[in-house]
Amino acid sequence: MPMMKRRKERLVVLAVLGVLAINYPLIALFSQERMVLGVPMLWFYLFVFWLGFVVSIALIMRRQHGDKG
Amino acid sequence: MSWQWIVPLMSIAYLGLLFAVAYHADRQAARGRSLVNNPTIYTLSIAVYCTSWTYYGSVGRAAETGIGFLPIFLGPTIMAALWWQLLTKIIAISKANHITSIADFIASRFGKSPVLGGMVTLFVVIGVLPYIALQLKAVAVSLDVLVHHLDDFLDMRGSSNPWGDTALYVAMILALFSILFGTRHLDASERHEGMVTAIAFESIVKLGAFLFVGLFVTFGLFDGFGDLFGKAMADPALQRLMTFEAMPGGFAAWFSMTLIAMLAVMFLPRQFQVLVVENVNPVHIRQASWLFPLYLLAFNLFVLPIALAGRLLFSGGGMDPDTFVLILPIQGNQVWLALFVYLGGLSAATSMVIVEVIAMSTMVSNDLVLPLLLRFRAAFREDLSGIILTIRRGIIIALMLLGYLYFRLIGESHTLVSIGIISFAAVAQFAPAILIGIYWQGVSRRAAMGGLMAGFIVWSHTLLFASFAKSGWIAGSFLTHGPWGIAWLKPQALFGLSLFDPLTHSVFWSLLANIGTLVLISLFDRQTAVEQIQALNFVNVFEKGARGGNEYLWSGFVSVSELKKLLSRFVGPAQAELDFANYMQHRLLNLEEHAQAPAHLVAFAEKRLTGAIGSASARVMVSSVVTGEELDLHGVMRILDETSQVIEYSQRLELKSRQLEAATCKLQEVNERLQELDRLKDEFISTVSHELRTPLTSIRAFSEILRDNEEMDLGDRRRFTEIIIKEAERLTRLVNQILDLAKIESGKMEWHLERVDLVEIARDAIDATHQLFENKSVRLSFHAPSYPVMLRADRDKIIQVVINLLSNAVKFCEASIGAVEVHLRQVPEGVGIEVVDNGPGIPKDDLEKVFEKFHQVDQARDETMDVPLGTGLGLTICQRIIERHRGRIWVESALGQGATFKFLMPLDPGE
Repeated sequence: MPMMKRRKERLVVLAVLGVLAINYPLIALFSQERMVLGVPMLWFYLFVFWLGFVVSIALIMRRQHGDKG
Repeated sequence: MSWQWIVPLMSIAYLGLLFAVAYHADRQAARGRSLVNNPTIYTLSIAVYCTSWTYYGSVGRAAETGIGFLPIFLGPTIMAALWWQLLTKIIAISKANHITSIADFIASRFGKSPVLGGMVTLFVVIGVLPYIALQLKAVAVSLDVLVHHLDDFLDMRGSSNPWGDTALYVAMILALFSILFGTRHLDASERHEGMVTAIAFESIVKLGAFLFVGLFVTFGLFDGFGDLFGKAMADPALQRLMTFEAMPGGFAAWFSMTLIAMLAVMFLPRQFQVLVVENVNPVHIRQASWLFPLYLLAFNLFVLPIALAGRLLFSGGGMDPDTFVLILPIQGNQVWLALFVYLGGLSAATSMVIVEVIAMSTMVSNDLVLPLLLRFRAAFREDLSGIILTIRRGIIIALMLLGYLYFRLIGESHTLVSIGIISFAAVAQFAPAILIGIYWQGVSRRAAMGGLMAGFIVWSHTLLFASFAKSGWIAGSFLTHGPWGIAWLKPQALFGLSLFDPLTHSVFWSLLANIGTLVLISLFDRQTAVEQIQALNFVNVFEKGARGGNEYLWSGFVSVSELKKLLSRFVGPAQAELDFANYMQHRLLNLEEHAQAPAHLVAFAEKRLTGAIGSASARVMVSSVVTGEELDLHGVMRILDETSQVIEYSQRLELKSRQLEAATCKLQEVNERLQELDRLKDEFISTVSHELRTPLTSIRAFSEILRDNEEMDLGDRRRFTEIIIKEAERLTRLVNQILDLAKIESGKMEWHLERVDLVEIARDAIDATHQLFENKSVRLSFHAPSYPVMLRADRDKIIQVVINLLSNAVKFCEASIGAVEVHLRQVPEGVGIEVVDNGPGIPKDDLEKVFEKFHQVDQARDETMDVPLGTGLGLTICQRIIERHRGRIWVESALGQGATFKFLMPLDPGE
């Protein structure tokens, strides 16, 4: 099952990237009293990250050839 | 009628609906139509993570700390990405070992240790009970706030609260629900379909209600996000909520909260229950791992807007931010929305309480009560299944009452958030033993115990007792000066570490103590046999053949009937009978009642018992009926070692034998081919020698005649010499052709494929044989297109073929009246040449044989000299040449009507 293994690897890397993206120092870059598209920058960043993260998981989890069920 | 009546009645109606949903799902399940075998229901049941803490508390926290509420949900989002890696393994282990709770998981991993199971259970009760109290408090407070504000708002202030204590009623209704839908069967590894469906339903209600109030606040009370955030930014007090400035503890607290939330979403008892125990199919994780974070995202979208709106609208203060969700709709004149929001909060609280209590009741009964009961009353032999269920129900009621008492005790002293955080940090202590334990075989029972103990002591000291001190249960000096005035033991600055906020401080020290102790002890500890086998089972759960070590744990004697009796004491006689029958049928066993139970049957009974009473108790019970010595460590390891070696060895043998078989098969084929070739060669040699002997014999005979008859006349002499020369020529031709054929057949013939014109080839061949036709006055006509017909072929070889066919034709034609036609034809599959003669024709039986080696058609004899005309190899060589060009050659003829030799070749034979 090389595909299954690859999927696990991708997810682990994604999780590591996620931890990096929402922690110091990266998050400090967005902690500003500025508005982006009418919403606070930090709030905007976190929710865009969140959506992107969910979409990434869904893409990686997409049913692949050879999957059961 | 006062709201004091309407709201509670509505709550009861809602809980009644919940009962109906659960009942319906259980009925469907009984009919074999499972509702929970569905990834969406599975995901929604995981959303039990969102409690009233999320529902009310997040807004409260956001109102004071800005984005400070988010780590609790970002952590699980990140964890969801790891589910495919971690959760699938934990589920596989739990299914294989009939594990039904987190305490059982840890106990089972570390040698089915009753002490460890009890310890984990105790910690869970201490750590999570406040969390249940928190939910009860949320229900009570939300009801009071709602009624109070509604009455205020509608100016219908009733008299005193006729209900007395709402929290107590709620607790009792939830206890009833948990008992009805959580303790139906004894085998806790059977799923609680009704409960899960009800939880999924509640997840929809709470999300829907929260989204509604969020939309209402953002777009009803304000003019969208831009308006709301714009107004908040204009307020200096609120402006700081938009950045990290408002977050107490800063980035460190942010990180540690994310971390413990990551662990909590897996290891809170209720999360373990819905994620692992209630999981129907591990494939559901695929959808859950993106849909669950999406659910969290949707839930949190409006938290900050609601909090900001509350702060803006109640700028005078005095309003508890935890109740913003409820009060804002009332302020906005939306009474029904407020009621819906209240029901959402009720959903959040009740779902959490139900699942948590069911999960904890399994733990408490299997890992605390039963081991004690079995120890003190090991002798009693009656049916225990009813008693165990009663115990479990009693535990549910007791846990609810404890939660209620705790709620009464803590009263108003805590905000929702701080209690939740304390619980999260408590269950994070289980993570090292589980996560390290499922990947590293070396973690021993004592290491896990030590790690847990150390983690919990630090946790209690730095968070729990500190919070007691804050509530005033312990003297404040505990916080400020340390216990007994020992400064370096100050709970929020252990060893003088005052760098962090209290939470980070506690998480750091407790996990350090926990993991450090666990790893260090593991490195220097020796595991017992059971521990080693369980470690192997857990770590290698996905490896085929690695499981089954359980069977080696039992070497004593027990009869089948005794084993069955033991099982029936816990699951009931009918169920035990059924289990045994199924197992024997599955394994194709036919055992007498009094026969000695084989080890795997004992292991099966133990597993079945594990589902009912937990691994530790199951082991104790089985060993109470098995007589004889338990295997010592060395014995077990030897067996395991031998077995694994034997398995590996036999696998290698299997592979070898398969390879050998394949090789033998190939050899056989080659051998057959060789034998065939050998036979052909013998045949060939005998034919060749025979064919060579014929001309030699006649040469020799005529030479002898010439030598012996010196007075022979000149005419005869010349005729005989002529024959000798002809025969010698034939001999030469024969030898040449044999060499040619040998070359072709051995593959040593060199072929020079090039683009050639078949018309030209045919003309060259006709020119070469021209003289033969002249000599015998046979007419020759050639029919070919006027343009060149190009193909890739070996020019010389094709000329040879055509010459051979032509000379054959002329050979068989009668002199003077003979006629030969040559046609060059183009058909879709290629090009070819036909040589038609009007000779005697070939008998039907010989049509196939003419291409065989040394086959001579009977008529082919020189009438004048009565010697064979050909060598019998010409056509064979032609066939080989044409076949080498991937074409075919054949003959059509009937006796007395001439013969037509045809060959057909593709334009390009390839290589």
